[in-house]
Amino acid sequence: MNGDEVTATLNRMADEILKANSGRPVVLIGIQRRGVPMARRMAIHIAEQTQREPQIGTLDINLYRDDLTRVASQPVVQKTEVPPNIDDRDVVLVDDVLYTGRTIRAALDALCDFGRMRTIQLAALIDRGHRELPIEANFVGKKITTKDSEVVEVRLREIDAEDAIYVMEKI
Amino acid sequence: MLKRKDLLGIQDLSREEILQILDTAESFQEVSTRPIKKVPTLRGKTVINLFFEASTRTRTSFEIAGKRLSADVINISSSNSSVSKGETLIDTAKTLDAMAADCVVIRHSASGAPHTLSRLTKASIINGGDGAHEHPTQALLDAYTIRQHKGRLNDLKVAIIGDVSHSRVARSNTHLLTKFGTHVWLCAAPTLMPVGVEKIVCENAEFVHLSHSMDEVVHDADVVMMLRVQFERMNESFFPSVREYFRYYGLTTARAERAKSDVIIMHPGPMNRGVEIATEVADGPYSVILDQVSAGVAVRMAILYLLLGG
Repeated sequence: MNGDEVTATLNRMADEILKANSGRPVVLIGIQRRGVPMARRMAIHIAEQTQREPQIGTLDINLYRDDLTRVASQPVVQKTEVPPNIDDRDVVLVDDVLYTGRTIRAALDALCDFGRMRTIQLAALIDRGHRELPIEANFVGKKITTKDSEVVEVRLREIDAEDAIYVMEKI
Repeated sequence: MLKRKDLLGIQDLSREEILQILDTAESFQEVSTRPIKKVPTLRGKTVINLFFEASTRTRTSFEIAGKRLSADVINISSSNSSVSKGETLIDTAKTLDAMAADCVVIRHSASGAPHTLSRLTKASIINGGDGAHEHPTQALLDAYTIRQHKGRLNDLKVAIIGDVSHSRVARSNTHLLTKFGTHVWLCAAPTLMPVGVEKIVCENAEFVHLSHSMDEVVHDADVVMMLRVQFERMNESFFPSVREYFRYYGLTTARAERAKSDVIIMHPGPMNRGVEIATEVADGPYSVILDQVSAGVAVRMAILYLLLGG
C-alpha cells in the first residue's frame, strides 16, 4: 500500500464508522503507537463530514500485557489519555495491525478500567490473520494473507516520515 | 529496562537510567487520576516494606505505588516483628527471601544496610533510606518535581539548606543534580555541615558549593530545598536554641521574598514548622511540597515496574 492508498483506506474506514453508528458521536481511541495518528486522521475526516469533531484518546496497553514476564526487553510505557466520562459512549479502538488479538484483549481490559462504555468497536488498518483469541475487527482497512514467519510493518508519516505498508520476512 | 536487580543509591545510577525512571513515572502519573486507580501489571508479585525507622510518606507511598500496580504489599516495622526479639537483619532478610518476596524496600538507621541485604537475597532491594547515606527514591521524586516546574535538570542553581550532616536526602540530591550539571549549594550552620562533604561527588566536584549564610544562597537560587532538623539523631547540642536556629537558617517570609520570582520551595517532609520553615512559606505560592508527595507515588510505581515488571 502506498501513501494515497493509506489515506483513502483510512477515510473509507472513517465513513464506515460513521455509517455503522448512524450519526451518533463516537470516541476514537488509538492504541500506542501507530493507532494514535490513525485515530487522529480518522477524526479529522469525520469532522469534515459532520462538522463535529469526535473526541479522541490514546491508550498504552503495556501495563495489561499477558507476556510481560516473557518478553526479552521491557516495553517502554507511553502516555494514556482517555477522555473523562466515557461511560455509555460508543468507543472505537484503533490499531494498525490485527494479528494474534492479544493487544486488543489487553486494550479491552484497560478500557474497562475507565468505565462501562455502551459499545466498544475495533478498527484495524491491516488484518493479517493468525488469531489466538476470539477477537474480530468491526472495520478493516485491508485483509491480507500472511505467513507466521512474516512481519507486517505499518509506517505512518507522523512517526516514520512516510505512509506505507510492508510485508517482510522475519530476520 | 533497568539492567540491575536493586536500587541502592543515586551515586551508581547513570544519567540515562535516571531519565528512564523519570520518563516512565510521567506515564504512570495518569494511573492515579483514573476512576479505578489500578493496573494489573505486577499481579502476583510480593513487595515487602521493611522499615526499621519511622516513616509516613515513604512507606505509604511505596504501599500505594505497589497496590496501584496490583502487587501484594506487606508492611513490617521493627517494633512488631521478630527484630524486637533480637533477630539479626541478615536473618530477617533470609526469612523474607525464603518466603519468595520479589522486592524488599528497606529503611534502616545503619548506612549500607540495603547493600548488605542485596548480596544475600534473590529479591530486589530498594533503599528507602539508610542512615545518613542515601535516599534514592526521594532524590528521584525531587528531580521529577524540579523537571515538572523548571522543564530541565541541567544548568540550575539548587540551594539545599538545613541539617546537612544528618541528611541522606541532601546527599542523594547532590549526587543526582550534579550528574546533570546543576550547581548545588549546601548551606548549614557550621555544626551541621560535615567536614569534606563537598567531596562526596568525585566526578562533578566543581558543581558542589558550601555556604554558611542563607542570604548568600537564596537570592539567586532556582530551587530552595529545606531540610528537616533531625532532632531524633542529635544526642548533643548542635545549636543554642530553636529560636536562634530559625532566625539564621529558617526560611522566613522575608527571606522567601528576596528569592527569585520563579523560585520553587521544596521540603522532603516531615516539616518542623517554625524551625526550618515558616508556616506561611510552607503553605505559600512558591511551595511545591505537595507536588513532591504526588510525584513520589508515580516515581515509585516506575521504579517497581522497571525492577519487577518483565
